Amino acid sequence: MAQITFNEPEPRLSGKIKLLPWIFILLVIAVGAVGGGALYSAANGSFLPWAKPQLIRFGMSLLVMLAFGLVDIRVWFRLSYPAYVVMLAMLAGVEVAGKVGAFGAQRWINLGFVQIQPSELMKIALVMALARYFHARSSEDAKQIRTLVVPVLMILMPTAFVLLQPNLGTAIMLLLAGASMLFVGGARLWLFATVAAVGLAGAPIAWRSMHGYQKRRVMTFLDPSVDPLGAGYHITQSRIALGSGGLFGKGFLHGTQSHLNFLPEKQTDFIFPLLAEEWGLWGGLVLLGAFALLSYYGIGVGLRSRNQFGRMLAIGLSINLFLYVFINTAMVMGLIPVVGVPLPLISYGGTSMLAVMMGFGMLISVLVHRDIKISRRYPLGD
Amino acid sequence: MAVERGDNERYRTLARRTLMLGGLQAGMISLLVGRMYYLQVVESSRYRMMADDNRISMRLIAPSRGLIVDRAGLVVANNDQNFRTLIVSEQTRDVERTLGVLSGIIQLSASEVERIRHDLTRRRRFVPVTVRENLTWEQVSMIEVNAPDLPGVIIDVGEVRSYPLSDQAAHLVGYVGAVSEDELDDDDPVLALPGFKMGKSGVEKTRDEDLRGKAGTSEMEVNAYGRTIRELSREPGERGRKVVLTIDSELQVAAHNRLMQERSAAAVIMDAQTGAVYALASAPGYDPNVFSKGIPADLWKSLLDDETTPLINKAIGGQYPPGSTFKLVVALAGLESGAIGLDHSVTCNGTFQLGDHTFYCDAYKNGGHGTLNFTEGIARSCDVYFYDVGNRTGIDAIAKVAGLLGLGDRTGLDIPGEHPGTIPSTVWKKAHTGEPWYAGETISCAIGQGQVAATPLQIATMVARLASGGRAVVPHVTKDISGEELPAVEWPKIDFKPEHVEAVLAGMRAATDHGTGKDIQIKEPGMQMAGKTGTAQVHAYTVAERDSGQIAKVDDALPWKLKNHAWFVGYAPEDNPRYVCAVLVEHSGKFGAQAAGPVAHDLLLLTQQRDPARINVSAGRQAEPT
Repeated sequence: MAQITFNEPEPRLSGKIKLLPWIFILLVIAVGAVGGGALYSAANGSFLPWAKPQLIRFGMSLLVMLAFGLVDIRVWFRLSYPAYVVMLAMLAGVEVAGKVGAFGAQRWINLGFVQIQPSELMKIALVMALARYFHARSSEDAKQIRTLVVPVLMILMPTAFVLLQPNLGTAIMLLLAGASMLFVGGARLWLFATVAAVGLAGAPIAWRSMHGYQKRRVMTFLDPSVDPLGAGYHITQSRIALGSGGLFGKGFLHGTQSHLNFLPEKQTDFIFPLLAEEWGLWGGLVLLGAFALLSYYGIGVGLRSRNQFGRMLAIGLSINLFLYVFINTAMVMGLIPVVGVPLPLISYGGTSMLAVMMGFGMLISVLVHRDIKISRRYPLGD
Repeated sequence: MAVERGDNERYRTLARRTLMLGGLQAGMISLLVGRMYYLQVVESSRYRMMADDNRISMRLIAPSRGLIVDRAGLVVANNDQNFRTLIVSEQTRDVERTLGVLSGIIQLSASEVERIRHDLTRRRRFVPVTVRENLTWEQVSMIEVNAPDLPGVIIDVGEVRSYPLSDQAAHLVGYVGAVSEDELDDDDPVLALPGFKMGKSGVEKTRDEDLRGKAGTSEMEVNAYGRTIRELSREPGERGRKVVLTIDSELQVAAHNRLMQERSAAAVIMDAQTGAVYALASAPGYDPNVFSKGIPADLWKSLLDDETTPLINKAIGGQYPPGSTFKLVVALAGLESGAIGLDHSVTCNGTFQLGDHTFYCDAYKNGGHGTLNFTEGIARSCDVYFYDVGNRTGIDAIAKVAGLLGLGDRTGLDIPGEHPGTIPSTVWKKAHTGEPWYAGETISCAIGQGQVAATPLQIATMVARLASGGRAVVPHVTKDISGEELPAVEWPKIDFKPEHVEAVLAGMRAATDHGTGKDIQIKEPGMQMAGKTGTAQVHAYTVAERDSGQIAKVDDALPWKLKNHAWFVGYAPEDNPRYVCAVLVEHSGKFGAQAAGPVAHDLLLLTQQRDPARINVSAGRQAEPT
């Protein structure tokens, strides 16, 4: 990137390191450690098969986060559209390959130490692209409906590909994160009301286009007793795990629902009930509080940035994190249907972890470079 | 600090809306917290219970069945160890190879291997599948020795009921079998245990609830696949109570063996005073040891088809015309009703005329018995004497006394399968046929033919009630349960005149002294018996057959099913009645004195020599096997 020249000089590395938010980083490490502990417990007190690889991936992701945090925000600014285009192409490729290939849905990209789904990276790329788009728009522009055509398409295209995979959880996250960006970016409020009304009217159409298992999940959510041994089993056992944990839990490694395998997918989507069973209400609240702190911290970072790109990027990434946590915990508590969203940094699997850590990295970058101003027409000229 | 134009406004919008979103987030987080509070605090106890329901599985532990012992403490129903071999598929690398090695030891048939394979595929990999039950000790040791070649093969010890007396007390002791569908209605959960056996007949059935015991429980922690992780608690069951019988098993065995010399027979030996049954035999029998392990279909069919009815306890479930033994009833009824006096005499010339019908006496061919008094009428079992007495007494007075002596209804013996027999009366006939009673029918009934039917147990009870001086003795086979004596009963006096009862007993003494039973009288001093013979006709002789004087030849030519039943009932010692013995030889084709009498002689002699009334558990208690 040596040929890139900035209007304002890039701060020195030593200065950047001084600006690193150590409390934020420690909080991230703490959450990652909780994840390692939960996976250790999920394997009945063993680092294998889950805790060890997860902790290694967490360590690598931590380095990625710090590295991302030190990259100048203008680099992220310039990479925004290319990243979005590349991810969209990969999503399309995955979709085509999935259709053509004999091995079913091929959602993975191998990064060596971790395999990652393009749809996960798309969550970040979408936020970056939207942040950049709104960076170049005045508040007057943002009130024009024609201004919103491009960002709406930017949201709907990846959502459509992800829905085709099919991956309802990610599609919902892309939609909600995108909508939040439009909202923060200054789109008119009545637009959201209209879209919500149209969405409700269009629900029957969406229902018809859903896959059988997705319909079943929704039905089961509405009434778990219709399928107590099938899909309803997940929700019922998850609620039993949570409820039986009580105020202070059964103690580390003493959860019966998880250790006796009544709780399905306890190492992935249903890891929160495992934690809440062993640590009780207090443990669950502490973890939720940590996530809330991370999310609000990100919002705070956004509000402190002096460039619109950084503001929107930080806020979008924070909303993204919040959506992960809310959808996962709400679904295991039986508040919303089971849509298959992992609990970031805790659930086993590198995909969401790396995506979330990359996001944290960019968040740090926004913080570190908060005073850098970027012209609305940058880099086309000031 | 040149802030771009418009950026301030943009920032204000962004900040305002971000705060709105932040508030929305806070609301959503509150929703999560509220939900967690509801699940983990408000509803926690309910979910804790559901979690326990998930992981805790209660298992019943079958109790050990109580033993049945005889009055001397000898075991007549035991629990044997049942060695089973099982295979756990997850512990054996190659099931086929293991089964092959096992087959070399216990010879598995192709169908067995097929069943084992089927069970293995249907069960979870950690569930043991039964390979074979009831292994011999040699087979068990062979499997143990070859254990290294038999991974996943385990030996398990269960209990199986065994009956040391085998067929010699099969009807009395009974057997156990699998619980049937309608027996499951019983609210004892132990019945639902796989493989649980309950009493199906005999004492095993009557005392089943005492013998069964109480199931223990074991609380197991199981995982989602049903695999047991550990035992949380165990409450041992209570073994079934020990049932002590009044039976003297040596006497029982002797009686059975004696009866087996006949084709089909039954005998009852009981206490004239207490009603305690010392032996209750029905021959032929069956091996209950086979029954308690599951009855092979072909064996079951052959037992059912056998005309000597080995499955029926003929001593209590066989109803036969009592023949001349019924004359004791008629004699007492004549006296009690006042129809005759103690000095009643009848002259027998071989026949008795009622209207235009002629009734014959056994002494017909010899010109009759001549003039007989009451005692000799019984002693010589003169039919004409009793035609006369019966005719004078009338059927209803006879039926009344028969009822008081225990006939015509179940005696109440404490094992199942008893039949009531039949004592006809005018009311009975009206109810059953709608027709009036004819005087001629009384004549047949007076010698224990016609509609009259009784079980050997009833005939024994009848004599016990006479020999006890007219007490309403009820027979029973249970002496005590777990040391708890059954309440001793002073049997109530029946409202008979003592001199009438004594007159009948005198007739019985005369019978074995010089009457129909004189050839079978016991010779041992002080052990003489008193008794009554009986020959019950199944086939009605024609006049021509009677006139031919060749009744014995006619009998020999009859098919087995039509031959006469031979009876003998007696008590001993004759001057101090203690033991009563009734013997029935089914379709013997001989007179009572010839076929049943010698059996009764042998049994009453042996009974007195053993004197079972003196034997009780405390004297002969045996160490109880655990």
